[in-house]
Amino acid sequence: MSEYAVELKEVSKHFGLVVAVDGISLFIRDGEFFSLLGPSGCGKTTTLRLIAGFELLTAGEVYIGGRLQGETPPYRRPVNTVFQNYALFPHMSVFGNVAFGLEMQKVRKEEIRQRVLEALEMVRLPGIENRKPGQLSGGQQQRVALARALVNRPKVLLLDEPLGALDLKLRKAMQLELKALQHRVGITFIYVTHDQEEALTMSDRIAVMNRGCVLQVGTPEEIYERPADRFVADFIGETNFLEGEVKGRRAGEAAVVVDGVLTLHVPIERGVGMGDEVTVAIRPEKISIHAEPPDLRAVPGIVREVVYTGTDTRYLVRLTENTIVTVRQQNVGIGDAVQFPVDAQVHLHWQPESARILTA
Amino acid sequence: MAVQPRSRRETVRLLFLISPSLFWLIVFFLIPLLLVLAISFGQRGTYGGVRWDLTLENYTRFFDPLYLRIFGRTVVIALTTTVICLLVGYPLAYFIATRPPHWRNALLLLLMIPFWTNFLIRTYAWLLILRDQGVINTFWTDALHNFLAYVATVAPLPLWSPLLKATSVPLNLFGTDGAIIVGLVYGWLPDMVLPCYAAIERLDFSLVEAAQDLYANRVRSFLRVVLPLTMPGIVAGSVLVFIPSLGAYVTPDLLGGAKSIMMGNVIYSQFMSARDYPFGSAVSFVLMAVMLIGTLVYFRMGVE
Repeated sequence: MSEYAVELKEVSKHFGLVVAVDGISLFIRDGEFFSLLGPSGCGKTTTLRLIAGFELLTAGEVYIGGRLQGETPPYRRPVNTVFQNYALFPHMSVFGNVAFGLEMQKVRKEEIRQRVLEALEMVRLPGIENRKPGQLSGGQQQRVALARALVNRPKVLLLDEPLGALDLKLRKAMQLELKALQHRVGITFIYVTHDQEEALTMSDRIAVMNRGCVLQVGTPEEIYERPADRFVADFIGETNFLEGEVKGRRAGEAAVVVDGVLTLHVPIERGVGMGDEVTVAIRPEKISIHAEPPDLRAVPGIVREVVYTGTDTRYLVRLTENTIVTVRQQNVGIGDAVQFPVDAQVHLHWQPESARILTA
Repeated sequence: MAVQPRSRRETVRLLFLISPSLFWLIVFFLIPLLLVLAISFGQRGTYGGVRWDLTLENYTRFFDPLYLRIFGRTVVIALTTTVICLLVGYPLAYFIATRPPHWRNALLLLLMIPFWTNFLIRTYAWLLILRDQGVINTFWTDALHNFLAYVATVAPLPLWSPLLKATSVPLNLFGTDGAIIVGLVYGWLPDMVLPCYAAIERLDFSLVEAAQDLYANRVRSFLRVVLPLTMPGIVAGSVLVFIPSLGAYVTPDLLGGAKSIMMGNVIYSQFMSARDYPFGSAVSFVLMAVMLIGTLVYFRMGVE
């Protein structure tokens, strides 16, 4: 038995001239909550469909539980899917829907009944087995779809943006519930989403995809704190990008000059040399804003705009002619939400390791 | 759903809106139908026409073995036509509905084009194909027969003689129930394809994927998911084919010859040759009642 629940090796999928998935390799561990995250059209759903067997590979290999899948049809793969639109059978009752997979596997009648009721219990929907899907709310349909897949006790559960159609509050609640459920049943979840917050909340590991390629694989913290490139930094959360040139290096730090006037000291990355054009990335919440410079590293600027968003206040601060950065201050106290008016002279400060040089 | 009490003004407005169709249905459908019903209880006048001595005799006469046999044959032909239309039309509809969208309309158009020609002319075309001197039999008795005769001279084998004998006389195609069924299937196929197409096209194919994801192979996902969900199309198509087939007149008249006749021909001859309006009316009513009951039962089945 392989230690990986699912392995993709150099997997590609072309639709005519369109390359949907471009030679990706992924190793998904047993019992892991693994997310495929990316904007629409990045190939994440196609990747999921390749694992489920709904699409045939153009090139590469897919292994499930150590077994090469080749052209194995979906009905012979030990995986089950929760579809984006739930795809519940409208002509069957909830019981009929959940029992379908077991009936197809010729499980005994009494066992089917018991397992279906257990599954509905597990998704906290007991007592609705005689209703039709059309009589259920979106959230209930979502749970039935989950029960219909989990009742088969698959090796791997594939989820294609299952929470996309729910409203924000319900979605947040379901995120935590799904995570808890996954922990309880111990099944490997492969979760497709375009919602970075959702991926960060639920996943053990995330693969960020764009244009058919995997850009970075890592834990939520790795992805957020150490994005591999500009796309990942931009897609996950909010980031300030400052373009500049490396003008000097000293003691593990590079001096990056932005617009010829502003010098930033940033931890150096491998492969960065003198005179390189680079991008410095800093998260808005890592920057603090002050009336007086707290130390020599502080950078002066002028407040251009102030936006109050309830939990935070966001300042847009102009550093140079062409460079404006966003600063996010959490509103801890009461009545101190807006400390600096527009046009105020301020100083920005951050820990040196909060800024990162991105080469790509 | 709760019925809202309607204001007087609204009732007047609704009546006004449906008045054209109401007028049409009353004058050209309901009144003639009632006339036919009335006539079916009358008696045939000595010189045609109707004598108004009320009787049930026209209905009891229907149960004469002669008519019952024709009636039975009519039902069998109509059912066979419906089943063949379904077996041919459903896969065709499925094929069209699963093409890329820009192909679908073109294929539907191709399906409809032959039907821009007059129905009578198309049925005549089948006559030219099926009759003894028709396209098929010309090939059979000339081309094939001569070819076999030539092969027999080159390679004389005992195997040729029964084949030569068979091809020396035309195949009995024209004037059979088979010829009628061929004509009816040809005539009503689009009426089966279109409702089936509409149902299949509406089908959410992610449900098929869901079934396959849940271990149902192609056959089972078709039987458990596609078939039940497209049943309304099958029911509608079957009714649309069965009813005109049951009342068919032109097709059996042209392709059935003298030997094979259906109820439509009986009704026609009662009105046009025998001048027995009351009996013709009674037969019409029995046929209508059968259609109505059959359709209701069938719809009920489809709903289940």
